[in-house]
Amino acid sequence: MASGFWGGYALPTAIVVGEVIAVVVPLLIAIAYFTYAERKVLAFSQLRKGPNVVGPFGLLQPIADGVKLFLKETVVPSGANRIVFVAAPMVTFTLALVAWAVIPFDYGIVIANINVGILYLFAISSLSVYGIIMAGWASNSRYAFLGALRSAAQMVSYEVSIGFVLVTVLLCAGSLNLTDIVMAQQHIWFCIPLLPMFVIFFVSGLAETNRAPFDLPEGESELVAGYFVEYSAMTFALFFLGEYGNMILVSAMTTILFLGGWLAPFGVVPFTWVPGPVWLALKVAFVCFCFLWVRATFPRFRYDQLMRLGWKVFLPFSLLWLVLTAGVLTGMGWVPVR
Amino acid sequence: MDDLLREYFPILVFLVIAGGLALVIISASFVLARQRPDSEKLSPYECGFDPFEDARIRFDVRYYLVAILFIIFDLEVAFLFPWAVSLGDIGVYGFWSMVVFLAVLTVGFGYEWMKGALEWE
Repeated sequence: MASGFWGGYALPTAIVVGEVIAVVVPLLIAIAYFTYAERKVLAFSQLRKGPNVVGPFGLLQPIADGVKLFLKETVVPSGANRIVFVAAPMVTFTLALVAWAVIPFDYGIVIANINVGILYLFAISSLSVYGIIMAGWASNSRYAFLGALRSAAQMVSYEVSIGFVLVTVLLCAGSLNLTDIVMAQQHIWFCIPLLPMFVIFFVSGLAETNRAPFDLPEGESELVAGYFVEYSAMTFALFFLGEYGNMILVSAMTTILFLGGWLAPFGVVPFTWVPGPVWLALKVAFVCFCFLWVRATFPRFRYDQLMRLGWKVFLPFSLLWLVLTAGVLTGMGWVPVR
Repeated sequence: MDDLLREYFPILVFLVIAGGLALVIISASFVLARQRPDSEKLSPYECGFDPFEDARIRFDVRYYLVAILFIIFDLEVAFLFPWAVSLGDIGVYGFWSMVVFLAVLTVGFGYEWMKGALEWE
C-alpha cells in the first residue's frame, strides 16, 4: 500500500511541483529583467543612459528595487476594506502566473496539456479584471475608484475582439489545444494569412494589459497612478509583477497563436539546430520589445478614442473577418478535420 | 476520470504554489519591515486635504452599459468556440446557421450604435 501511495500520488505530485517551480522561477526572473529592459529601452529611445549604477550596466537594479520594496512599510488606508485590499494584489499576481500552466515551450514540454488550452487562457485573462476592481473598490480612494472603473471598462471592451481573434485562429487550426495550434503552423505562420487579426490581437493585447498608448487607468497626469495609488511595499510589488507578467503572457500568446510558437522560422538546417524553447524565448522577447517600442513612440489615447477604437473599429472588423475566414474555409473545403 | 485528473491536477498545483507564493511574499514583508502607521499616513490619498466623504461615489452609467454590452458579446464568443472547432463536421449548414445567428446580433449591435450607446464624449 505504501508503494502504491508513493508511486501513485506522492511521486507524480513531486514531479508536478518540480515542473511548476521550473516555470515560475525563470518567469519571475524574466519579469524582473523585463522591468530593467523597459527602463533601458525607454532610456535609449530618449538618448539617456537608463539604470547604470547598481552592478555592471545596472544589471542588479531590479534586485535592488525588489529588496527596497520588500523592506518598505505596508500601508493599509484607514477607510479601506482590509481583506479585499490585501487580496487584490494576490489575485492579480496569482492569475498572471497560473496562465503559464498551459503554455507549451516545445513539442510535449508543457505542464498541463489540456485540450481546451486557449479557452483556459481566455478565462484567466477575463478573471484578471477582478484584481483591479477589488483594488479600486477596497482602497476607498477616488483616484483608485475611477482608475479601476476605467481599467475594467477598457479590459472588457478589448476582451471581445480578442475573443473573435481567438475563434478565427482556432478555425484555421481546428483545435483548442495550444500544441496543436502551433503544429498547424508548420507550413505557414498564422500571422501571414491572418495579418489583420494579428494586428488587432497585438493592439488589443496592449489595451488588455493597460499599456501605453492605452495606459489611461494609470494616467499619471490625471489619476496619479490609477487603481493602485494606495498600495505600497510588497502589495504594490505584486501588482507590478502581475502586470509585467501579463505582458509577457500576452507576448507568449501572440507568439503561439501567430508566430509559430517554438517552430524555427525556416525548416532548413541552420535554423532547425536551434532548440525550440530558444526560438520561443526569442520571439516572446521580440514581441515584448514591441510593447516597449510602442510605449516609447506613441502618445496616450483619449478615453473616448479608446472606446471608439474598441467598439466601433475592432469589434465590427474582427467579426467580419471571422465570418469571412469561416466562409473561405468552408467554401474551399479547407476546414481542418481532426 | 483518471485522464481528466492527470490533465488538470498540475493546474491545481500551480494555483496553490502561485497563491502561496503571493501570500508568503506579502506576509514576509509585513513581518520583516518596520511598521509605524499614523493617522496621516493611513488617510486616503488626496491633494493635501482630508477627503470630504466616502470615495464610493455615483459613477457614469456608461460603465454599466459597457458591462452589459460585454456580456452579450462575450456570450456570443462563447457560442462561437464550439462552433469553430466542429465546423469541419457540420459543414456548410453549420456555417450558414451561425451566419444567421451573427446577423441577428449584428442588427442589435447596429441598434446600439444608432442609439448612441457607444458614444463617449
